[in-house]
Amino acid sequence: MSIKSRLTGAFLAAALSVTALHSALAADDTIKVGILHSLSGTMAISETTLKDAMLMLIEEQNKKGGLLGKKLEAVVVDPASDWPLFAEKARELISVNKVSAVFGCWTSVSRKSVLPVFEELNSILFYPVQYEGEESQRNVFYTGAAPNQQAIPAVDYLMESEGVERWVLAGTDYVYPRTTNKILEAYLKSKGVASEDIMINYTPFGHSDWQTIVSDIKKFGSAGKKTAVVSTINGDANVPFYKELANQGVKAEDIPVVAFSVGEEELAGLDTKPLVGHLAAWNYFQSIDTPANAAFIKEWKAFTKNDKRVTNDPMEAHYIGFNMWLKAVEKAGTTDTDKVIDAMVGVSVPNLTGGYSAMMPNHHITKPVLIGEIQDNGQFETVWKTPGLVIGDEWSDYLPDSKDLISDWRAPMSCGNFNVATGKCGGKGS
Amino acid sequence: MLAGMQLLLWKAQHSLAVDPRVKPEDDAGGRGRCPAGQRGVSGEFIKTGIALLLLAISLLIMPVTASHAADDIRAMVNALGEGNFSENRKQIEELAKTGDLKLVPMLEAMSKGDLYQRKTDKQVFIAKPAGSSFKLIDPLTGAGAGEEAQGGLEKIKVNNSLRRAVRDAVGGLTLMSPDDAVRLQAARTILASPSEDSLELVDKALATEKSAAVKPVLEQARAASLLLSSRPVEQKKEAVATIRAIGGQESLGLLSSVLGNADASLKPDIEAAIASIEQDRQLWGVAQNVWYGLSLGSVLLLAAIGLAITFGVMGIINMAHGEMVMLGAYTTFVVQEIIRSSFPALFDWSLAIALPLAFLVTGVVGLAIERGVIRFLYGRPLETLLATWGVSLILQQAVRTIFGPTNREVGNPAWMSGAFELGGLTITWNRLWIVFFALAVFAALLFLLKKTPLGLQMRAVTQNRRMAASMGIRTPWVDALTFALGSGIAGIAGVALSQIDNVSPNLGQGYIIDSFMVVVFGGVGNLWGTLVGAFTLGILNKFLEPYAGAVLGKILVLVLIILFIQKRPRGLFALKGRAVEA
Repeated sequence: MSIKSRLTGAFLAAALSVTALHSALAADDTIKVGILHSLSGTMAISETTLKDAMLMLIEEQNKKGGLLGKKLEAVVVDPASDWPLFAEKARELISVNKVSAVFGCWTSVSRKSVLPVFEELNSILFYPVQYEGEESQRNVFYTGAAPNQQAIPAVDYLMESEGVERWVLAGTDYVYPRTTNKILEAYLKSKGVASEDIMINYTPFGHSDWQTIVSDIKKFGSAGKKTAVVSTINGDANVPFYKELANQGVKAEDIPVVAFSVGEEELAGLDTKPLVGHLAAWNYFQSIDTPANAAFIKEWKAFTKNDKRVTNDPMEAHYIGFNMWLKAVEKAGTTDTDKVIDAMVGVSVPNLTGGYSAMMPNHHITKPVLIGEIQDNGQFETVWKTPGLVIGDEWSDYLPDSKDLISDWRAPMSCGNFNVATGKCGGKGS
Repeated sequence: MLAGMQLLLWKAQHSLAVDPRVKPEDDAGGRGRCPAGQRGVSGEFIKTGIALLLLAISLLIMPVTASHAADDIRAMVNALGEGNFSENRKQIEELAKTGDLKLVPMLEAMSKGDLYQRKTDKQVFIAKPAGSSFKLIDPLTGAGAGEEAQGGLEKIKVNNSLRRAVRDAVGGLTLMSPDDAVRLQAARTILASPSEDSLELVDKALATEKSAAVKPVLEQARAASLLLSSRPVEQKKEAVATIRAIGGQESLGLLSSVLGNADASLKPDIEAAIASIEQDRQLWGVAQNVWYGLSLGSVLLLAAIGLAITFGVMGIINMAHGEMVMLGAYTTFVVQEIIRSSFPALFDWSLAIALPLAFLVTGVVGLAIERGVIRFLYGRPLETLLATWGVSLILQQAVRTIFGPTNREVGNPAWMSGAFELGGLTITWNRLWIVFFALAVFAALLFLLKKTPLGLQMRAVTQNRRMAASMGIRTPWVDALTFALGSGIAGIAGVALSQIDNVSPNLGQGYIIDSFMVVVFGGVGNLWGTLVGAFTLGILNKFLEPYAGAVLGKILVLVLIILFIQKRPRGLFALKGRAVEA
């Protein structure tokens, strides 16, 4: 018997540790905000930070007096990096906790898993991560970058300023890298790059033995043409990848690597001295020198009580998304989903890079695109910036089956995949 | 007026006469940069010493002429503070043409991002952080130039193309350095990025080069530069032969890049050279794959060897094995943190210090798990599996709570960074050390099991528990110690793996499946089986990867193992023992 009780004890402890329990006993005079980020499992590494960032933003807003005269209340759930659990937890947030909006998800598969829930229960999701596009949903606001706000400008930069002619598209084997690389391949070919000058390589999640691939990249790069690597390698696999690059002596001056999933947070686990000069494309860097950003960083360090904590692009996306939501709710005068969704389009708030970001009718936002080079202190230094803001393009112009689609959620069109060739709503993604 | 002219005349002669920095070489190097007419005018002025009109003209431009080359260079350096990336690139090329060795520290600082412009007077300095402010160093003389708060300085930004320009400039400048090692480095830089412009420099350097170590590299650099120049085909043919003799990836790249524009009579030569280098590469490619396989195998061996004890010898399906590896890695992190903050000089020893500590920490945790959970579950594999899985989740979340969910930085000591060339092989130091380390751990474990009393008891208990008990062996303690040993070894594996992988709470998960695969494939309960199994799987994986890709390669390996287990359910080397009986 004692064995059994011990065992149950162990399991109970495990269960407790995976599911952060939160009392949902709240009074009616608060507005609830759901936070749907994994706090355990593989994605906890990236998503926990976003949960903390949201808690900070909500706390700050409450200090300023809340919203519509009410206090904001965060409801945190832990979907534990388990995709079906995301849908369950989303349902719980909306129907049990009655939240007014949800900020959450990181991977595309988790977003896809919660989409039907938000549609069915008619609630609002703010999605803060750069993603592959090819989607526009009425209940979702995409505050991260679409491919044209990250991948394509990065490739343009390498082509123009570094004169790159040969391309390695390396990614982790899942939907974001596959779709992004498909778009990039089509884009490069439209720019006259030959097929034999493009090498595409996929690796499993958490790949840790990069010897063969790095030596393949070196081989591919020694054909007498300037070569660059476009990396859509996912978080965890990056550290061994960069370590192998450094050890095999692949220098940024010779074969630069531009990454779309490596931010300040990922670099925190690395000695960046051998990596100086490798690039990343984002819409925000911690090193951006603006008063708004300095205040944000200061606040973040104070909130986490850790002077070494870094900020990153998805955090800024939540910052923008949260402020947009506040403004839209104030504009609508209510937290009613339909009214807020209608009020969201056209809302414009300051971002942290010294400009304003606006919500477009396709539920994507305008952002500047920055290219940064890794520095030896684990930060990025901006070496190039788009002259103005770039509007997120949900349906890529470079894929044959989506180039005719547009999205406009304003009445009377109210369609996420309107086909301009046939003049009908519906098509891919419906 | 006349007196003033005489004074200035005296100044001009004085500065030309006494300033040692204005040497013929300096002037020759600066030819391209001097304002037109300036040299001619001052030359004539010295020769004749008359013609008042000319004197007046030269007096007009006196400030420039009198401010000798060094000041001119300083102005060029200061201009770096104002330019954008492409302007600065041109500026660096100009600076390189001066051939002034004094520029080297400045250029190196620039490429490291240590070059700053002082906002007040637009002067450029090398700045090193010292406390809250920066210590300024004169970029040309290397003398201290006071301090400046961070806000008063503007960093001179560099990007990759600027860094490349700096690298080439330093290569050209240091080609005449008196230091052999510096010259060798310069020659290598030119070899790595040859250009027509550097050919003249290399020719000049070759004429005076005496060192036997530097000369061949210079000759190679000359050949590489020559191929890109417009010299006659005969010379180029020799150059192709020289490049062919170097071999390797870079030569291949160089040859293929010149092939397109080459003279028709040269083309067959280049094509033949490319073909023969490629043939070499193919042979070396096989060796390289074997090495990669051995290296991957050693990582698998390290990850699996602890499991070979807990699962192989004791028969416990230990799902918390990966977390022991993770705890070992975190121990390394903690040790390095303490060393970084308190004893920075010891950093290269951090791994040696972390090893015994990791063994102790994970050994104690293992002991606690065995005494607290597993001992109640012997003979019930399903419950053991579930319980250890629960333990693994608890450990993961505990580490996540204590250290945070993000990756932690574990540095590589100097002796584990970089790579060296062995023939056509590139061998990275960290992988090489891990291969040695895995073999050493294996040997030590084998010794412990075969030659020590504890090992004897372990084997006795494993093979026949009741018999061992009746011989007076305290079987529960042997069980506990064996489990602690297996866990401890997983811990020291974690120290090694922290050098090549993430140190995050998920570290262990990535290795648990591979570890079980190795142990099952090699034969449960046999250490030699684990060794052979690990290296076989490693090499198999690396030979499949180039053809099938990393994703499919891994799947193929799994399919092959499944098929193999169908045929030989007990793995490569089957043993008799408790595991078999259970």
